[in-house]
Amino acid sequence: MDNEFNIQEQTSLSLSTRLALFWRHGDQLFKAIIIIAAALIIVLGTAIGYELWINSELSRKAFGLSFLFSTRWDPAIDRMFGAFPFIQGTLVTSFIALLFAVPIGLGVAIFLAELAPTWLSRPLGLLVELLAAVPSVVYGFWGLFAFIPFLVRPLSESLNQHLGFLPIFQGPVFGPSRLAAGLILAIMILPTISAVSRDVFRAIPVTQREASLALGATRWETISQVLVPYGLSGLLGAVILGLGRALGETIAVTMVIGNNLDISSSVLHPGYTMASIIANEFTEATYDLYLHALIEVALILFIVTLGMNMIARLLVWRVSGKTKHEARA
Amino acid sequence: MNRVMINPKVHSLHNYRRKTTNMIMLVLAGVSTVIAIVPLVWILFYVIIKGAAALSWDFFTKLPTPAGVPGGGLANAVVGSVITVGIGVIIAAPVGVLAAFYLLSSQTKPFGQVVRFATDVIAGVPSIVMGIFAYTLIVLPQGHFSALAGGIVLAFIMLPIIVRTTEEMLKLVPNSLREGSLALGATEWRSSFSIILPAAFNGVLTGLMLAIARGAGEAAPMLFTAFGNPFMSVSLNEPIATLPQTIFVYAISPYKDWQAKAWATALVLIVLVFSLNILSRVIIWWRARQLGSGNR
Repeated sequence: MDNEFNIQEQTSLSLSTRLALFWRHGDQLFKAIIIIAAALIIVLGTAIGYELWINSELSRKAFGLSFLFSTRWDPAIDRMFGAFPFIQGTLVTSFIALLFAVPIGLGVAIFLAELAPTWLSRPLGLLVELLAAVPSVVYGFWGLFAFIPFLVRPLSESLNQHLGFLPIFQGPVFGPSRLAAGLILAIMILPTISAVSRDVFRAIPVTQREASLALGATRWETISQVLVPYGLSGLLGAVILGLGRALGETIAVTMVIGNNLDISSSVLHPGYTMASIIANEFTEATYDLYLHALIEVALILFIVTLGMNMIARLLVWRVSGKTKHEARA
Repeated sequence: MNRVMINPKVHSLHNYRRKTTNMIMLVLAGVSTVIAIVPLVWILFYVIIKGAAALSWDFFTKLPTPAGVPGGGLANAVVGSVITVGIGVIIAAPVGVLAAFYLLSSQTKPFGQVVRFATDVIAGVPSIVMGIFAYTLIVLPQGHFSALAGGIVLAFIMLPIIVRTTEEMLKLVPNSLREGSLALGATEWRSSFSIILPAAFNGVLTGLMLAIARGAGEAAPMLFTAFGNPFMSVSLNEPIATLPQTIFVYAISPYKDWQAKAWATALVLIVLVFSLNILSRVIIWWRARQLGSGNR
């Protein structure tokens, strides 16, 4: 009865008052809509994991944990699938990438955040970040036609010549190789590492620097003994973010790694990564088990990169504080 | 300088070493910045030289010719890229902007933190994994590759970029504007759409531009969603060619004229992506200075 009365009363109100009432109720609707939009992001993340899990069932049931350690990837004859060659390839290329990108990336961050004046650090920072904007396929194309013939191949040959007694530099020398992929990845993750660690340095209170300099420390001593320890977890986060990017990078790696299933200790040998096997064979997967095996590779990649990113973000957040602007990767 | 020390000789040697180390390390930091920029310059010059030679008006207006037949263009891939990126933006932009409003209104709430965290984490999911996800979600049930699937996977990739950039730009709008609007009796959502959004319009545009730049360059997820198509297609239900996926196919082909077309495509893509990135960054700096906030 109360309800009826209310409706009657409302209909007797003027149009403008009713509109005003609607606007107020609109607030509730607005709140609901923006919460749903925000929740969609979490739904998206969950749905990715769910779909990959469901659609890799045949492979998970058939091979279990041995999928991770088996070196046999034989879709043509025995229909046996083991992802070890790709896991190894991914680890080796990512390691090479970190080896080069971490010191250079930190150097860039230190230069941009601590040394260069604003008029210089701003355009330079933009240039370095533009490296992140170059499409992956352009990196691969350039790698194939310019980077490998002019730099990687000569480098590989001299490494093989002088250090060929080491298993990791054994020949024969090919153009496309794990080294080529690792070096391209180094260039690709450099902007991630330098941009995030630059923001970490900038988030450190200026009093830390002043105190250290006032005590007579040089600028390098201030950086290495005060700022780096202070921002250590954030810098670690930057490196892990870079690693996460290296693990999942696909097209550029597919174009320069040579796509070879051999397990070799040599970085000069062509290889395969988890991402590149998916890019190369997914549309050729003619039967369900094959398809599911490839999706399981994607599942592993998803879980690993998810874990990496969670750790990295938590580490970066710890330094820059939750309300401050966090670095974009 | 340090006359207080008891043994000035030893001390000056020590200081000399400290200063030298300082000098060397600071120079090394500068050198690494130069090293970091070398690949950018190399790629840029290489793509411009190779691409400019192969670029012509036909590139945008004509369809591909069979390998070995000179002439022709990549109008199909240009159209395909516009369609897939367009679908991506149409889906991701409204959701992203609304989610950013939620994050703005819940700076300290736990769910807001969870969403912010999830957004950052999802931004790090490899695009190839996104491609597989879209394949299982759309291509597998439908039974065929399609432009729609390609657009949707781009939406997934763009969403976190739009959310985070938009939130940062909404945060730059002074709170007094919002409070003023509320004090005048406007509701929360009218303040959001009529006051905050227009004030942050350039910023929101920035997020969209960065998202478009990212989506326009994605090749990996397109391999098994949009798939590629040598013919002109504007249907959402058919496979469709895109620029980055065409580069991939043409670059690893043995035909010289296909490779030349791939360079031209790379040039078009790089010019597009770089101008979007530079423009958006200029807008961000300009906004930050205008609004006098601490954002860099």
